[in-house]
Amino acid sequence: MMGKLSSSGLLALVVRRDLVLAMRRRADVLTTLVFFVMVVSLFPLGVGPEPEMLRKMAPGVVWVAALLASMLSLGRLFSADYLDGTLEQMLIAPQSLPVLVLGKILAHWMVSGLPLVLMAPVLGLQFGLPAQQLGVLALALLLGTPVLSMIGAVGAALTLGLRGGGVLVSLLVLPLCIPVLIFGAGAVEAVAGGMNYASHLQLLAAVLVAAAVSTPWVTAQALRISME
Amino acid sequence: MLEVSNLGCARGDHRLFAGLGFSLSPGELMQVQGANGSGKTSLLRTLCGFMMPEAGEIRWRGKDIRELGGEYFAKLVYLGHHNAIKDELSALENLRINAGLAGVEVDDKQALAALRRMGLRGKELLPVKVLSQGQRRRVALARLLVAEAPLWVLDEPLAALDVGAVDLMQELIAEHLSNAGMVIFTTHQPLRVAGVQIRALALG
Repeated sequence: MMGKLSSSGLLALVVRRDLVLAMRRRADVLTTLVFFVMVVSLFPLGVGPEPEMLRKMAPGVVWVAALLASMLSLGRLFSADYLDGTLEQMLIAPQSLPVLVLGKILAHWMVSGLPLVLMAPVLGLQFGLPAQQLGVLALALLLGTPVLSMIGAVGAALTLGLRGGGVLVSLLVLPLCIPVLIFGAGAVEAVAGGMNYASHLQLLAAVLVAAAVSTPWVTAQALRISME
Repeated sequence: MLEVSNLGCARGDHRLFAGLGFSLSPGELMQVQGANGSGKTSLLRTLCGFMMPEAGEIRWRGKDIRELGGEYFAKLVYLGHHNAIKDELSALENLRINAGLAGVEVDDKQALAALRRMGLRGKELLPVKVLSQGQRRRVALARLLVAEAPLWVLDEPLAALDVGAVDLMQELIAEHLSNAGMVIFTTHQPLRVAGVQIRALALG
């Protein structure tokens, strides 16, 4: 007799599956990270080696690069499953579709968001950021990048199967990510100005919770519409 | 039991069919017939709940499938034009994941048994990308063996299969029907199941 799979079992299954797939297509994962490193590293070359100015613009540059890098990886979130028919099978999974979607978002973040968080302090050093600011930068990215994946998932689901979907998804998603950018970069600037940065991080955490609750459900509905 | 009444389906402004009604009871086999573009795939996709019917109702044991949701999906296996398998994964991994998505947990032993029955002995651990089209189809069909759902919706199940696999498929369908299963399918190849009358549903 075969066992039934619980919701948490489904979540684990989807996360594990997407991580295994990502490990076997490593080039995809690396492009996001290399893109992020390249964009951030180009700025000092472009604007000149003025330490004060670099320190000032570092948080914004890192955040904008993270935003663009996460856009780059969004296309892969559902498109492979859409093309090979797996997405159809997911829509008729007897368990909850939002749970399944949450699993996919989680795996996507681990593959495309988490490496950015880990790499950001190294890049911050390049801009001469002091230790405390590096810590806050990483913390803010840790709270913010999952939100980028979650909001991005809604956009990716809505533009599934459309021609030129890659550009469209950026146009849809980037404006919605502006609050994350403002609070994320703001936290680091607050530290630099000697102000209290906790409120920025708390706001980011609140956005994360709100997105975690709502976006899997919205994405699930968007997927159903896209598959009609 | 699956009941369909007054079903209508359209793609954009183009009406495919309207006023379609039939019912499928345990042990019955139904073939959807029609020319290319007559709406066979659309009918099957509507039965799976992917597409909203333009008109009419689909009921499973007396209840609308839209209300049943997951409860209905648990009774259903759908095999579409796409195999829903990943090139990077082995046949075994693919089958276990697909079964998991369908809500059943299978261990390696059960999955290996299903793959061997589908004639994939020795290919179980190879990445699917090195398999042929027909072998990939067999990996996808292995899902039928582990799913334990009464309603099979099969869109062109025989595509890319060789003679041996077609025989095997006929055997599987016969077995499923004798276990009070139901099958609705489309095909352009002849399919014969011993001792069972195939009901025909003509579209277009």
